[in-house]
Amino acid sequence: MVTCAEVLKELSNFIDEDIDPQLRAEIENHLRGCRRCSVLLDSTRKTLRIVGDERVFDIPVGYSERLHRFLAKKLGTD
Amino acid sequence: MAARDPSPRVNNAIERDEAALIRGVCAGQKELFHELIRPYERGIYLTAFSILRNQGDAEEVAQETLLKAFSHLDQLRSDEKFKGWLFLIAVNEARMRRRKNHQHLFESIDDDPVETTEGDFMPHQFADWRDIPSEVLDKEEIRSAVQKALENLPQKYREVFLLRDVQHLSVEETSKALGLSISAVKTQLHRARLQMREQLAPVFGRRWSDRLPFLKGRNPW
Repeated sequence: MVTCAEVLKELSNFIDEDIDPQLRAEIENHLRGCRRCSVLLDSTRKTLRIVGDERVFDIPVGYSERLHRFLAKKLGTD
Repeated sequence: MAARDPSPRVNNAIERDEAALIRGVCAGQKELFHELIRPYERGIYLTAFSILRNQGDAEEVAQETLLKAFSHLDQLRSDEKFKGWLFLIAVNEARMRRRKNHQHLFESIDDDPVETTEGDFMPHQFADWRDIPSEVLDKEEIRSAVQKALENLPQKYREVFLLRDVQHLSVEETSKALGLSISAVKTQLHRARLQMREQLAPVFGRRWSDRLPFLKGRNPW
């Protein structure tokens, strides 16, 4: 039986499915009965979904145009 | 909400297209380079910015990175993924610029994270999170909160987090780009994820649930 501390320690590996099947099953079992650990897992997964969406991060206005203009000049493709 | 990673089938198709573009560029069709780098240009900027924290420097480093990638494209091994190789150049270029600016001398002292003696980060926010509809991510206050949370991460965690969870490099590619062991990447990523979650909890958590008696209690960690 895994404890909350062990779930916390393995949280990232659990999300990445980089964990042995036996431990994974024990964590899944723990999650079914532990609201705090379930919240922790759910909110960490949501965090990763949020930051994985490229709209979230601002890029300077005109960056892409300036970049391609610079490359075109250097590469002679303008 | 966008999926975290493209499916393996999509990834294979992207790699096939990329391989064709790379062959074309190396064969002299230089204009194809623009198309080749377009999917990564935002990520290259964000990576440079995460290291330099200066818009002008980050833009210049992105330009230098891509110019260097063009000049050395014929040295990309056939078993090497273009994306990982490109981000490796970006990290090296940004770190060189950082050294040149002497930024590392001013940031290293205050940048170390506060950790327990075991080096683990302890979460404190346990409110359940709302579902997050995709359109919410267009809102200025949300984008600002996410960017601020990323900027608040200690430098070494920010770099790992950005390459792995924002740019979706593999653990191996992240390790190579940053010159870290696989186990260091995993440890730093774990801490970065927990700290990002903690910082974003006040934004996305259901604040009312904090007040419900059954959710209160002793921190099990």
